[in-house]
Amino acid sequence: MNFFADHILSIILFFPALAGLIILFVPAKQVKAIRWIALAASLVPLILSLLVWIQFKPLGRGFQFQERLVWYEAIKATYHLGIDGISLVMLLLTTLLTPIAILASFSVQEKVKAYMILFLFLETGMLGVFLALDLLLFFVFWEIGLVPMYFLINLWGGERRNYASLKFMIYTMAGSLGLLLAIQLMGVLTGTFDIPELIQKWPAFQGASILGLPFSVIKQVAFWAFVVAFAIKVPVWPFHTWLPDAHTEAPTAGSMILAGVLLKLGAFGFLRLVLPLFPVESQMYAGGLVFLAVMAIVLGALGAFGQTDFKRLVAYSSINHMGFVVLGIGAAAWVGLTKDSVIALNGAVLQMFTHGLSSAGMFFLVGVIYDRTHTRNLHDYGGLWSLLPKYGTILVFTSMASLGLPGLSGFVSEFMVVRGAWPIFTIATAVSMVGLFFTGAYVLKALYIVLHGPINKHLEGHVTEINTREIIVIAPLMVLMLLIGVWPAWILEIINRAVMTLF
Amino acid sequence: MQFPLLSVIIFIPLVAGVALLLMPHDRKALIKVTALCASCLTLLLTVILYVSYNTQAGGYQFIERIDWLPSLGISYFVGVDGFSVPMVLLGSLVLVCGVLVSWGVEDRPREFFSFMMFLGTSVLGVFSSLDLFLLFFFYELAVFPKYLMIAMWGYPKTRDYGAMKLTLYLFIGSVISLVGALAMYFASGQNTFDMLALEKAGFSLEFQRLWFPVVFVGFAVLAGMFPFHSWAPDGHVAAPTAISMLLAGVEMKVGAFAALRVAIMLLPEGAKAWAPLIFGLATINVVYGALIAMIQTDFKYVIGFSSVSHMGLVLIGFATLNREGLLGAGLQMFSHGVMTAMFFAVVGMVYDRAHTRDIAQLGGLFRKMPWAGVGFIIGGLVSMGMPGFSGFIAEFPIFMGAWKAAPVVAIIAIVGIVITAGYILLVVRRVFFGAIPPALEKQVGDVTIKDKVVIAVLGVIMIALGWLPALMVPILKTGVDHILRLVGGA
Repeated sequence: MNFFADHILSIILFFPALAGLIILFVPAKQVKAIRWIALAASLVPLILSLLVWIQFKPLGRGFQFQERLVWYEAIKATYHLGIDGISLVMLLLTTLLTPIAILASFSVQEKVKAYMILFLFLETGMLGVFLALDLLLFFVFWEIGLVPMYFLINLWGGERRNYASLKFMIYTMAGSLGLLLAIQLMGVLTGTFDIPELIQKWPAFQGASILGLPFSVIKQVAFWAFVVAFAIKVPVWPFHTWLPDAHTEAPTAGSMILAGVLLKLGAFGFLRLVLPLFPVESQMYAGGLVFLAVMAIVLGALGAFGQTDFKRLVAYSSINHMGFVVLGIGAAAWVGLTKDSVIALNGAVLQMFTHGLSSAGMFFLVGVIYDRTHTRNLHDYGGLWSLLPKYGTILVFTSMASLGLPGLSGFVSEFMVVRGAWPIFTIATAVSMVGLFFTGAYVLKALYIVLHGPINKHLEGHVTEINTREIIVIAPLMVLMLLIGVWPAWILEIINRAVMTLF
Repeated sequence: MQFPLLSVIIFIPLVAGVALLLMPHDRKALIKVTALCASCLTLLLTVILYVSYNTQAGGYQFIERIDWLPSLGISYFVGVDGFSVPMVLLGSLVLVCGVLVSWGVEDRPREFFSFMMFLGTSVLGVFSSLDLFLLFFFYELAVFPKYLMIAMWGYPKTRDYGAMKLTLYLFIGSVISLVGALAMYFASGQNTFDMLALEKAGFSLEFQRLWFPVVFVGFAVLAGMFPFHSWAPDGHVAAPTAISMLLAGVEMKVGAFAALRVAIMLLPEGAKAWAPLIFGLATINVVYGALIAMIQTDFKYVIGFSSVSHMGLVLIGFATLNREGLLGAGLQMFSHGVMTAMFFAVVGMVYDRAHTRDIAQLGGLFRKMPWAGVGFIIGGLVSMGMPGFSGFIAEFPIFMGAWKAAPVVAIIAIVGIVITAGYILLVVRRVFFGAIPPALEKQVGDVTIKDKVVIAVLGVIMIALGWLPALMVPILKTGVDHILRLVGGA
């Protein structure tokens, strides 16, 4: 086979970074050229990943499109890439949201060159996590994505950006320390970092005691090290406090990517690493995980309800929605592979995708209105629907997808999670469904305050309608929300097989 | 006879240094160009050395041996193995960068560049020596240029103190080591300073355990080991930019290298017995150094203490005495050398323009000097062990080695990473971003083209090594294999 077909994942992975390097040599004054180069460059991975999607065999076993090269031989780490159904869906989500976010960033006026370079580097960082099949490589990309995100928040963010960006970085890095230590330990003990190989070896692996602790305890500690690192990223209550700050202060496109893709990295970590590597420990602590998920769902919704800042409200809603992902994972961890748990896991992965669409859409719409009014305070809006009918319609549509209205994407995935988890954790599922009620409440509250009621006199006359570029940004998201809402089978058939072989 | 590549590399700077002293002092351009040409030639030959080192064969290569004082068993005996080749490369590289960033020195440039060249020969000589006496000879050769350069061209307020403290610390350290070296000389009964012979001398267990701490600590002072580290921040801060780069970038590695070559490799049983203590002190280095760096208000002191923290990781790697740890230590020595040279170069560029190092009075400099900002950020990412940069591929094996040898050390030392991330991010933000103070708005301009060359070269090396560890790992591995054969861990 030719080079292109053999290395398509590598090309997808490094194309954005390469484009970023090319932009480095474009004069900073050529703002227009830089924007279009960045957009064009981010479309290439999208087209290639669609190509991968077409060639992907949903019924194939194991990882497809694998690439393997010697990388860091001395410690036996390899450059190993490959995808299964879960990572394919995430690959598509990332390559789809990046060009959309870049198009949404055309309104950025300051330091456009640096902004676009960082954004493209960020894409490579995120893609690497989804594609890596080597634990060390996984960690490399896991951490490296933090750097562009830190600078995106720190340099283009809102008023409290210094606080928010540092908190984001330190929180995540500190959370990853345990992960780093656990990865090192696993490498030392098993002599490999290869994920498929570790999945074979590690669950049954028995070693000597360390520091006087029996090996089973060591394994549990390693399990928690993984869980904490991923739980912070998801984020699961009570590790969520970095999120409202980071999301609120990030520039619009940064929030879109944060909520749309970065949070999924954490959930993806659970699916790719925690469940397959620690099946015993996962089952042991599944109840705890489900408890945290329910807390995230309920408290996230209540937190969102209490906000007066529109962007903060959307940020809290992410905690609420990501809770369902963890609920599905926790339910599956408890029972292993049954009919119900497969449904729950399918729902969880689909929820990762649909939340990616709806949260990116919501943050974008908040950004659109902020650009025009320069306020995010809900009470400074009012009666916008009559002023901006197109914007109002789009906002209602996206909000409904987000709250889980039947016929739109959020409903399918949340229903599947709840359906799958119900026989396994009935009470927890029931409580989280109450959480769903609060979700409805805060979304409607926001819609009411922003769109209805008396028109705010300050806004009348100088708020302009959503423009064509912005409609182009949101349109693909809306199409997908509707498509998945009415016909989810095309994506579920990809997910299903991967989920069934997870254990 | 073969071309004596290694000797030529070692002595080019020395010859150039002498030649500089013979030049008329007012021919400043000629002096600088001569220094640059000499250091570039050294670097070029070092790259040839690096590429032509045979990793299949391993062992000591490019060996040259001439009797010097045969009656005492002293010879001019040089050669490099897989561990020293990267160090020689580091020395030549930082020397070139040091010359480039010193282009603006107007105060007695003849002596300045001449002394810098002497320092270059000293470090290159230590890395290449296979004779213990020769090693000390080169080691001590550094003392007078270091002292004079800090005392004459250093930061006026602290240079006397810094120079004196540094010289006394290091001198006492080397004397202690010399005593240990003489003990080895007499105990071997072979009347030789040949280190290859001493490796096989078969010192008794008691002898090794008794003398190891003496030799090791003497050298470890120069590596900045706690509690003998306090010369480092003071000395680095007092020194002029290029000397800070050479001191922190290369001289500290000279200390670590000598501790490895003489103490660990010649007295391996002693190393095994004393490893727990080294672990303890080195862990303090890592965590305490990072904490102290965090509270500094002086830009240059932050970097000074960060070196203390990072050298702790090198010593942890040594103390593991296993493959991963030693490999990581070697990588960390190179990576930290490049990184800290970048740091001090950027600090110097900032100070030259802003005339202050007080972090509170700096700010928003990225807009004025973007290259310096990018350079500092890359250095910072290496420093916090960010994957994708050379620091990560160095620290990761060190921690793996620590897991094998002393898990608790790995668990404690890893905290250093987050603390480092904290202070680096804060410094980057306060110095390079935010609002620029009005006083600096006018006086600060962009860096020169030579500064940009330095930043680009060092930055590219750190990133390339981070993604392609194979650039350096195979060569280091042959050196590590040799050490492991000596300590019996292979």
